[in-house]
Amino acid sequence: MTRKRRAGFSLPLPWVGGLAGRLKPALRLALVALLLLACEREERRFREMPSAAGRRNTERLTTLVPGPYTADVKVDNPYGYNAFAISEGKRLFTWYNCQGCHANGGGGMGPPLMDDRWRYGSDPEQIFATIVEGRPNGMPSFRGKIPEYQVWQLVAYVHSLSGNVPKDAAGGRQDNMQVRKQEQALPDLKLEREAAPAQ
Amino acid sequence: MRGIQSALEPAGPQAEQIARLWDVFLITAAVVWLLVMLFTIAALLRRRPEIVPNAASPRVRNAVIAATGLTVLTLFALLTASIFTTRGIASVPDRAIQIAVTAKQWWWQIDYDDRDKSKRFTTANEIVIPVGHPVTVHLRSSDVIHSFWVPSLHGKRDMIPGKPPSTFTFQADKPGVYRGQCAEFCGYQHANMSFWVTALPFPEYAKWVEANRQPSRIPSTHTQRKGQEVFMNSPCPLCHTIQGTPANGKTGPDLTHFGSRRSIAAGTFPNRRGFLGGWILDAQHLKPGSQMPSMTLEQGELEPLISYLESLK
Amino acid sequence: MSEGVSEHGAHVASAKPLEEHFKKEGTKHSPYSLPGDEILHEQLEKTWSPAKGPFRFFMQVDHKILGKRFVVTAFIWFGLGGILAALMRMQLSRPDNTFLSADQYNQIFTMHGVTMMFLFAVPIMEAIAVYMVPLLLGSRALAFPRLTAYSYFMFLFGGILLYTAFFLNTGPDTGWFTYPPLANPEFAPGKRVDVWAQLVNFTEISAIAVAIELIVTILKQRAPGMSVNRLPLYVWSMLITSFMIVFAMPAVMTSSFYLASDRLVGTHFFNPAEGGDPLLWQHLFWFFGHPEVYIIFLPALGMVSHIVTTFTRRQVFGYTAMVLSQVATGFIGFGLWVHHMFATGIPALGSSYFTAASMLIAIPSGIQIFCWIATIWMGRPVWKPPFLFVLGFIAIFVLGGLTGVMLASIPLDLQVHDTMFVVAHLHYVLIGGAVFPLFGVLYYWFPKITGRMQNDTAGYVSFALMFIGFNLTFFPMHKLGLIGMTRRIYTYHPETGWGPLNALSSIGALVLGLGVIVYVLNGLISWKKGAVAGSNPFDGPTLEWATSSPPPEYNFVNIPTVSGHEPLWHAPEHAPVVTGLSTTEKEILITRTFDAEPDHRYTMPTPTPWPFLAAVATAVMFVGGLFTVWAFVIGLPIAGIIVTCWFWPTTPRKEGEAPA
Repeated sequence: MTRKRRAGFSLPLPWVGGLAGRLKPALRLALVALLLLACEREERRFREMPSAAGRRNTERLTTLVPGPYTADVKVDNPYGYNAFAISEGKRLFTWYNCQGCHANGGGGMGPPLMDDRWRYGSDPEQIFATIVEGRPNGMPSFRGKIPEYQVWQLVAYVHSLSGNVPKDAAGGRQDNMQVRKQEQALPDLKLEREAAPAQ
Repeated sequence: MRGIQSALEPAGPQAEQIARLWDVFLITAAVVWLLVMLFTIAALLRRRPEIVPNAASPRVRNAVIAATGLTVLTLFALLTASIFTTRGIASVPDRAIQIAVTAKQWWWQIDYDDRDKSKRFTTANEIVIPVGHPVTVHLRSSDVIHSFWVPSLHGKRDMIPGKPPSTFTFQADKPGVYRGQCAEFCGYQHANMSFWVTALPFPEYAKWVEANRQPSRIPSTHTQRKGQEVFMNSPCPLCHTIQGTPANGKTGPDLTHFGSRRSIAAGTFPNRRGFLGGWILDAQHLKPGSQMPSMTLEQGELEPLISYLESLK
Repeated sequence: MSEGVSEHGAHVASAKPLEEHFKKEGTKHSPYSLPGDEILHEQLEKTWSPAKGPFRFFMQVDHKILGKRFVVTAFIWFGLGGILAALMRMQLSRPDNTFLSADQYNQIFTMHGVTMMFLFAVPIMEAIAVYMVPLLLGSRALAFPRLTAYSYFMFLFGGILLYTAFFLNTGPDTGWFTYPPLANPEFAPGKRVDVWAQLVNFTEISAIAVAIELIVTILKQRAPGMSVNRLPLYVWSMLITSFMIVFAMPAVMTSSFYLASDRLVGTHFFNPAEGGDPLLWQHLFWFFGHPEVYIIFLPALGMVSHIVTTFTRRQVFGYTAMVLSQVATGFIGFGLWVHHMFATGIPALGSSYFTAASMLIAIPSGIQIFCWIATIWMGRPVWKPPFLFVLGFIAIFVLGGLTGVMLASIPLDLQVHDTMFVVAHLHYVLIGGAVFPLFGVLYYWFPKITGRMQNDTAGYVSFALMFIGFNLTFFPMHKLGLIGMTRRIYTYHPETGWGPLNALSSIGALVLGLGVIVYVLNGLISWKKGAVAGSNPFDGPTLEWATSSPPPEYNFVNIPTVSGHEPLWHAPEHAPVVTGLSTTEKEILITRTFDAEPDHRYTMPTPTPWPFLAAVATAVMFVGGLFTVWAFVIGLPIAGIIVTCWFWPTTPRKEGEAPA
């Protein structure tokens, strides 16, 4: 009789409980995945730990090294799936006047960044090297001019220009005149993707 | 209890008028509230005759009608007072000093206008005005909506991006330093987006303006020269301008006369060596999310850099 | 006590003769009972029985079951919102505090606002109406029961979405008002603002659906004789509120769709560089946002009228004036949204109109206050907790109304806009004006809903704590705003001088929280262990007290008729009742809109899972819509199929066939 009073109220607990029990491992896995993805996308890391901020450059211009052969150290962009960092990268792209030569990623004085042709490589550490070291024929070296964590933010943004960051983290339209599609809507470039490590 | 930016301590005619209007409203409201409470308590405690659930009482009815009438009259009086004050604070004098204020996430850029382009200059987070002289500010925003508010001088005005500059005029009648703050939520550091308005007697004001029209001081000591080198070789000039040097970045505050400012980081810390050093090395700890990056400097670079910045009087 | 429990439970569970039930509880005989009600009772209970079986949770259509669920769910969100408020007060309790970071604080204050406005204030008012309105009208059901189920699940899913997102660090962080450009993708990357936009869609669909049910119920399902001039004041307020919801909520849904499409598709509604306008947002938002305040507080005024009537033993003074005041509030409420935008620099002439309108709205509120005082004056107060909550309401709400008049004045608003003064004002109006009456009325209707009494001592204690705590928390904020403390700041410096008052306010919040906890605990414990209430423990005058507590599934054995404002106080020994409704079909009586003359019979639908499935489909669509527009393309046909099943006609009764 008390059962009835609660009729509309309580979950049919045994049933839900049983189902939850059977699905528990899967549920837990899905939950963890969701948690990781969402957290990585949404985190606002204003202040980098010293090791990340002053990260040692592992990128090299050549694979030739003295001594025994060592495999290339692959570096992941710490911001590859962080919406805030990508948007910071977009702001810095203008602030540090990348805009001046690579207008909105479309190219101008410098090569376009929205296509699938990458003269100096499209891996995160290669783009990092391009910014920090500079490249022949006009790309200046920003060593010491841009703090390293901001360079990584720029790398993440540059990657978003060819659709190489997840769409839910890529930037939306900006508050200026529309000059091209927002990064969310840019096509994922295939060639690029093959060259780049799995993001 | 007094605040450092109180609307109850007006220092100019506009804020003064609003404060007087406040007094009118406050007293009226207090009287009304007390009357309502008095009648409620009386109604609760009065001795009463036999109750009849539906009894009509012409006396009570008339009292309710009278109270309603009184409400209407009071509101009408308050409305009139309010509209007169609105007109009073809106009057625009002919000869006001023109200052452009641009709000950015999370600081204020101040531009002093002049017909002669060479006499224009830019500063940040501190407005200096002459006492007893009307000042018209032209308010703009370059990113999101901010709101300009100096309680002791005037009410607030929103700064909406994409709109023509919004102007309003205020005046300070007493010399002093008045604090202002952004009043529209604008992101992470909305809390730390304040500024100072310093009202000086006219001769001092003119002197200040003249000083600010000059390019920056040339470093005089060895340490300061070293500091300037550090500044120019670090990321600083990409965002900051120092007139008279190659540094001409436009996205951060102008530092030409940085040493003469009261505070750093938009009124967040006093402009002292310790805070300045902390600010350069770890801005993201002191003001998380602000657009000043935390810097990595080499051994022995910080001291000269601070000395140089402090010398920019 | 334990004997009482079983006695009482037995009544609800099995078909025990009503006559005996009334006798056992020693209450007045209902004027609407007839000999032979026992047989009717048995048949009706079978016909109106709720869904059974393991899936019953997803199938219920009874307005009382859904109403209770609505109330409990809304209270869960209220508790979460309250915890967030406590966190904020903790952070602000002293200058330069580092308890929360800027990012956390922004999410928390936004979540607090969003929770209280979208997941508590409006839903709880509608929830109580879902439960009570049919009872107050003497009807057996709420119109469109399946739609009620759908709205409940939409509301539930919306809240779950918001809090899941929050725990995944994706809680909206641009304020409950979400002004662009701060909410534009350039300044709010990630999915946080999109969660806000979709939550609004969830809750507003739910709110509009319930509003339509209430309008139809109130206009068409009243007991015979309950012409519009005899409608209980609470029902009047719900009617006006529902109409306001129908007109106000589309504005916010429009703006949230604009925002979502700006963020997801790259439209430019709020981008000035491409011809959009951030002010468009503010107009749309406040065209909803200001009526929202009245949507929250008009029902509360209706509740106050009922409590005042019952606990002064007297009819409310000035029924016509009260109703007209509420109607006036409903209309004027749509004409003053610009007073939230005085600081944007809108031309003075236009603004002055809104100043006048904002002051004008004080008049109907004033009239209602005067009428209640007159009622108390002429009646005899009964000092029960609900009545105390109403007295607290008068003290707090009048103060909040007066600060509202100050905010209507442009010059004063320019100083105190977006400061703690406004925070104080809005809490005086919303907590004082809506939560106090709400707590009072929940105390008052608690025996009706649960069949048990709350503990009066705990009621007095919770009222005292809440009243003191509330004023301690929010009164200092008036002063804080005047001495320059702006809203939505996560920290402040010691030299601002705001420290002591903030500390006081934080202590007050503790007391207030304690009061709420005592109240909720009292409710929870009484629900299980309270003294058994009779059908009319407070001797209330309106129809909800004419049936047993809690009411049976079919609400009334005999549909009552009404001949005045307080039917139970003036009813003869045996009042006339409606006969002729089927006992084997879920039939209700439809009456005419104005004079409530019986018009025709209407059959209510049976329990079904389709509303639940439709809500799931809509939820999938909206949640998927956070990430891709394709969610709508895929979700719409699925929702369409489900809705088709929902409305698939079941063997209709043939023309002329007699009800079995």
